[in-house]
Amino acid sequence: MADGTATAADTHDARLSAQFAGLDALESDTSTRRKWLSRTWAAAWPKLIAIAIVLAVWQVVVWSGWRDPWVLPGPFTALAQLRDFLGEGTFWQAVGITMSRAVLGFAIAIVIGTVLGALVAQVKPLRAAIGSLLAGLLTMPSIAWLPLAILLFKLSESAILFVIVIGAAPSIAGGLVNGIDYIQPIMLRAGRVLGLRGWPLYRSVILPASLPSYVSGLKQGWAFAWRGLMAGELMVIIANRPSIGVQLNQQQEYNDAAGMLAMMIVILLIGIAVDSAFGTVDRTIQRRWGVAKS
Amino acid sequence: MSDLDIRTTAATDTAVRLDDVAKVFGQGTGAVRALDGVTLDVPEGQFTCLIGASGCGKSTLLNLVAGLDAASRGAIDVGGRRVALMFQESALFPWLTASGNVELALRTNGSSRRAARSRAADLLDLVHLGGLGGKRPHELSGGMRQRVALARALAQDAHVLLMDEPFGALDAMTRDLLHDELERIWSRERLTVLFVTHNVREAVRLGDRVVLLSSRPGRVVGTFDVDGERPRRIDSPEVARMAATITDRLREEVARHG
Repeated sequence: MADGTATAADTHDARLSAQFAGLDALESDTSTRRKWLSRTWAAAWPKLIAIAIVLAVWQVVVWSGWRDPWVLPGPFTALAQLRDFLGEGTFWQAVGITMSRAVLGFAIAIVIGTVLGALVAQVKPLRAAIGSLLAGLLTMPSIAWLPLAILLFKLSESAILFVIVIGAAPSIAGGLVNGIDYIQPIMLRAGRVLGLRGWPLYRSVILPASLPSYVSGLKQGWAFAWRGLMAGELMVIIANRPSIGVQLNQQQEYNDAAGMLAMMIVILLIGIAVDSAFGTVDRTIQRRWGVAKS
Repeated sequence: MSDLDIRTTAATDTAVRLDDVAKVFGQGTGAVRALDGVTLDVPEGQFTCLIGASGCGKSTLLNLVAGLDAASRGAIDVGGRRVALMFQESALFPWLTASGNVELALRTNGSSRRAARSRAADLLDLVHLGGLGGKRPHELSGGMRQRVALARALAQDAHVLLMDEPFGALDAMTRDLLHDELERIWSRERLTVLFVTHNVREAVRLGDRVVLLSSRPGRVVGTFDVDGERPRRIDSPEVARMAATITDRLREEVARHG
């Protein structure tokens, strides 16, 4: 190749390079994400207002004298009770036992739900047989499973876990099936063009592409698991296992209304905390994928 | 100089050979004949543009050559060459960064993680996206995404690059620059390109040869050799004149369906 042509090609390259740099700069998104503090504040203030409204309505109902204060104490009585709980060993033991059940039950539900979902999504005959069954299971209130669970497992940890798993697993499976069903065909084609087949295609394309829907399934599954767990703990009382449900039961028996309300606040807070953790994961995925702007 | 010698001898080889290829979708009365009796030889290193009106089965043809679909009749031979395919949409995986997308192609073809990372950086440099490997696809403009897709296709170490209207969704300015870019990479990497487009001028701007397909079913109804020194300009009189000739022929073809 003659030197003259090489130089011409080089200048052509350099010019092209400069033109691309200019165009890219013009077309790039220059907006930056807001600072962590301002984002947190933007997310927090509507919730704070909601809490304030709830407390205010509650207080107004109490003041109206609709029920005697020992049946329906005001929010500040309940919150004071909650503060006292925080200093008690039994309370923390109860929370610990309940959370360990939640974690174990939810973990089992994830394993079963994921395997089931993957099978249903891939195996055609299974889909026809189990697909609609999964949808049906979702409508079944978990508390309706309890009598059967007690028959099968007696008053044991297993009975409680059973209710958690059967409540959460269908949601998790359903989320995965949905995710796999709605993968854009172009993603699969792109994967196949790259030479991905079988398990590598599954791992590198199908699973990540179904992640957003899977996370929604996990989020919904958690809501079912938490409800199932509370129902289970209220009905399946195991000796020397002071769970949140047991505490709630006792407070009802002793007419400890303030304690009961304080415990209900705890149940609500734990539920919300885990739910918003899933919400954060969900939003992070959407932001990274460019599905939603934040 | 030895490289050049290889190229001269190899230029006589056929990279993609289609022999009487037909593709029918569906069965019975509802069957659609997308391609019928397509015979086409693409010499190694040639830039061939396929052009035709809607329903000429251009995308079907590329799918067949890429091995994503099987022909109903006839033979397709790529002589064991690796084939990469680029779409109108970049089809980048949104869960991976630009670099991650390219690395996936490399790792699928057996590169180690470390080798894939450095080769991906080189490929992104090649498409003028050096330093942007950490960006997610949605953070890039349409033109930048197509360049990442091009880098990903090159990462497959393919000799044949199939392109299905890759610049169809881009604005004229971006498309113009990408023509230069693609031409540069095609000649540097010595690729055989089969480029499908609706845009006659684009075909004449880029192709060594423009192949005109009829519609429903798709058949080869004409081939036009494009001369003229590269890089051509899409707004040059020569390109315009040739494009006009091909457009007239294309209109005749479309009129048959009235």
